[in-house]
Amino acid sequence: MKFGIVVFPGSNCDADCHHVVTHVLGCEAVALWHKETSLQGCDCVILPGGYSHADYLRCGAMAAFSPIMTAVKGHAAAGGLVFGICNGFQILTEAGLLPGVLMRNTSIRHICRDVTLRVNSNQTRFTRLFRAGEVLTMPIAHNEGNYFVERRQLVKLEEQGQILLRYCAPDGELTEDANPNGSLVAIAGIVNEQGNVCGMMPHPERCSEAIFGNRDGKKMFESML
Amino acid sequence: MNLEAPITPDIIRDHGLSAEEYQRLCESLGRTPNIVELGIVSVMWSEHCSYKSSRIHLRELPTSGPRVLQGPGENAGVVDIGDGLAVCFKMESHNHPSFIEPYQGAATGVGGILRDIFTMGARPFACLNSLRFGNPQHPKTKHLVRGVVAGIGGYGNPMGIPTVGGEVAFDDCYNGNILVNAFTIGLLRADRIFRGAAAGKGNPVIYIGSKTGRDGIHGATMASDAFDATIEERRPTVQVGDPFTEKKLLEACLELMAGDCLVGIQDMGAAGLTCSSFEMADRAGMGMVLDLDRVPRREEGMTPYDVMLSESQERMLLVVQSGREAEVRTICDKWDIDMAVVGYVTDDGRVRVLDKGETVVDMPVAPIAGDAPLYNRPASPSPELTQLHQFDPQALPLPRDLNDVLMKLMSSPNLACKSWVWEQYDHMVMTNTVVRPGADAAILRVKGTKKGIALTSDCNSRFCFLDPYLGAMLAVAEAARNISACGGEPLAVTDCLNFGNPERPEVMWQFQQAVAGMAEACRQFHTPIVSGNVSFYNETDGVGIYPTPTIAMVGLVPDLDRIATPWWKDAGDVILLLGRNELELGGSEYLKQIHGQVKGTLPHLNMERELAVQRACRIGITRGVVKSAHDCSEGGLAVTLAECSLMRRQGLLGATVELSDDLRPDALFFGEAASRIVLSVAPASVDLMVTIAKEEGAPVAVIGKVGGRSLVMNNGIQVDLADLHDAWTTALPKLFS
Repeated sequence: MKFGIVVFPGSNCDADCHHVVTHVLGCEAVALWHKETSLQGCDCVILPGGYSHADYLRCGAMAAFSPIMTAVKGHAAAGGLVFGICNGFQILTEAGLLPGVLMRNTSIRHICRDVTLRVNSNQTRFTRLFRAGEVLTMPIAHNEGNYFVERRQLVKLEEQGQILLRYCAPDGELTEDANPNGSLVAIAGIVNEQGNVCGMMPHPERCSEAIFGNRDGKKMFESML
Repeated sequence: MNLEAPITPDIIRDHGLSAEEYQRLCESLGRTPNIVELGIVSVMWSEHCSYKSSRIHLRELPTSGPRVLQGPGENAGVVDIGDGLAVCFKMESHNHPSFIEPYQGAATGVGGILRDIFTMGARPFACLNSLRFGNPQHPKTKHLVRGVVAGIGGYGNPMGIPTVGGEVAFDDCYNGNILVNAFTIGLLRADRIFRGAAAGKGNPVIYIGSKTGRDGIHGATMASDAFDATIEERRPTVQVGDPFTEKKLLEACLELMAGDCLVGIQDMGAAGLTCSSFEMADRAGMGMVLDLDRVPRREEGMTPYDVMLSESQERMLLVVQSGREAEVRTICDKWDIDMAVVGYVTDDGRVRVLDKGETVVDMPVAPIAGDAPLYNRPASPSPELTQLHQFDPQALPLPRDLNDVLMKLMSSPNLACKSWVWEQYDHMVMTNTVVRPGADAAILRVKGTKKGIALTSDCNSRFCFLDPYLGAMLAVAEAARNISACGGEPLAVTDCLNFGNPERPEVMWQFQQAVAGMAEACRQFHTPIVSGNVSFYNETDGVGIYPTPTIAMVGLVPDLDRIATPWWKDAGDVILLLGRNELELGGSEYLKQIHGQVKGTLPHLNMERELAVQRACRIGITRGVVKSAHDCSEGGLAVTLAECSLMRRQGLLGATVELSDDLRPDALFFGEAASRIVLSVAPASVDLMVTIAKEEGAPVAVIGKVGGRSLVMNNGIQVDLADLHDAWTTALPKLFS
């Protein structure tokens, strides 16, 4: 499987994703400069974390109009895999590939720490190796991870099993304290209706190797293979 | 701008030059300077840029060693770590600007130190910050803490460089002068070090990065002055940071460095275009012609004075092989940053600056850059020190409830958990952070090898106030102990020396003593000082800070499979103490927090014992015997043991400790005797660890067992861990959220 990792000016997790794809998964990865127009035959496109275009206007708003995004949209429409992490998730919502918006954390501070997540749906290309209800640990690092979507859309997300991951307490309970950023119904990650475009705030690439004592992220990547 | 206008004594004074310095300048020019030239010299000869009061003492520092590839004098020091790789690091202060405008001051401090590192050809992979604030109850402190922490994150996070540790401490002495010391380390190939020399007559001088604006003019001069009531007027001297441009500049520079067209490179930091052009020419023994009309500008109507002295951020000056300008242009175009050929290298040893075809500066390089004034300022200890040393610990009233003392200490701002701070920093990006903030040292992996890099920064400024020589030695010893406690070999040091007004003899004495103490300790640990920074004039209305020589130490972890972390691992493990408890309460956190006193003599430092304790700890870790190791320092043994119980991510785990030393319980629990490390080992490994310690000549004692939900020490302390954890973790959010 060939991965393409898009590099916007201001992306800063592109090298981390590249490392995991090549050194941990043993797959091929190419960097796709945002001004390019071809995906070079990639099976899965990763939109990595970072501060694309300095988060100018809104996070992801500028990147959503980069030349490469036309190809990414075409790839998504044809059923290809698109995986947005952190800023990548924000870009996907700005590009209209995923519903909703990511607002400022309620604490109005940047938060970098491990969180626990409950696998809400394992019936997707991104979570199929997990058990439903399984509790994962992954790091977050963001200023704007407070997910919001209007009511009708939320009902749709819930009914169609599009909510992948929700912030939870270590025992799996959904508590207010366990929600780090104020996200609606503790949403940490979602997929589109077709199930091939995923966006999530936690960083699976930061917990994919034994040296970090946590390989929950690796399982997420392996689900895509 | 009128270049003919006469330079009056008022103008000279406003530029911070003494009458003698002005005379010296006229002699080296052979005429009187014009206003642009005077402006240039005022920054080049400022304390901040010229080190005129400190250079004479800094010569004492050990700066070389078998692994040192680049010592002081360049943008940063470089040390060999084997496998053809090297690390490049430096620490720098941004104290004055951060007090005036905390967010931008701290942010541009991070930006500046990052540029110092990638200028050398290294990709930055970690940052530390050593922060000092005033009393948390002081009306300005909350605003400063929030601004500085947000500013550090606001620059480091978008850059994608993890901030993995450092220090945060509070004391009244910083009420009027906070300290923001930023450290960055980068990785590079040992044979690909770039330096800031303008070599090769006729080579083009190229400007890349942000446009030049009017921000930060005379920032370096501001940083070389004490504060008074007019401080708010200085806000325009603080620069404004743009991490997005810096990120593009970083990638563009590293792409450029992967080729072979670059001759020399230097960042435009303090004193901007002035400092970079003079220093680059000086290092190569060459000259330079600059045409200011070609400098990319943010606004109209800037004078040559503005352009030469602007401290606009995110700019670099390059010297490139003649005829290869297009390669630079291509890369800058890709990253959407400005690029302009602004001059060329000459061999006449002069910097000449043209503005609209007119020569506005014509100065010899060497006298301005290399031979700046040098002062051996008078130094003598403050007479009050002798009185402060008068202290009898036996005369101190013993608190009735030592549990209460422990709770108070653990929730005091200096000892409380600092997660409120480091959670605002992305400390995991780049996926190298093996040991995160909060441990004795952070550990970063070096991808593609088994090696790790351990990082710590330390300084107990109350110690340095009471005894700057021993205080500085203890800071180096603690830094080395932190590295050893995680399994690393102490490798090298960078320092950031924060002091008051050097024109006062008692401050100069503190400086001289601290430098001598650092030099001695670094020789003993074989950790050369490869880079550093001096910040004087940390003083408001005549009141200076405690001397604060911050030590940032870099250690090499030979094998990442053999490291230790501070927290307990399993119930039933046996706790050992390397080192010896002493009746030493002078200068301690306990004495300050509980008895409100800052006095006494410092814990003594027996170097032989210190080295033996660290060696034993490292051997125990590399042989796989040690399951946890934690340095014992501020707050003493009780606080150290409490931290071992509270830091675990997998839930709290207590300990029961029985100490047989014949000491007053407060000295035993809270005394800050040096050279101690608390270990835990599996029961079956106790004999082996004791043997290792004895072989190395380190005192060792079995003191207790891991387990339970409380911390118990002799019959003096018994506290529930949940209560302790709550007090420890909520203290900072309560103060600053």
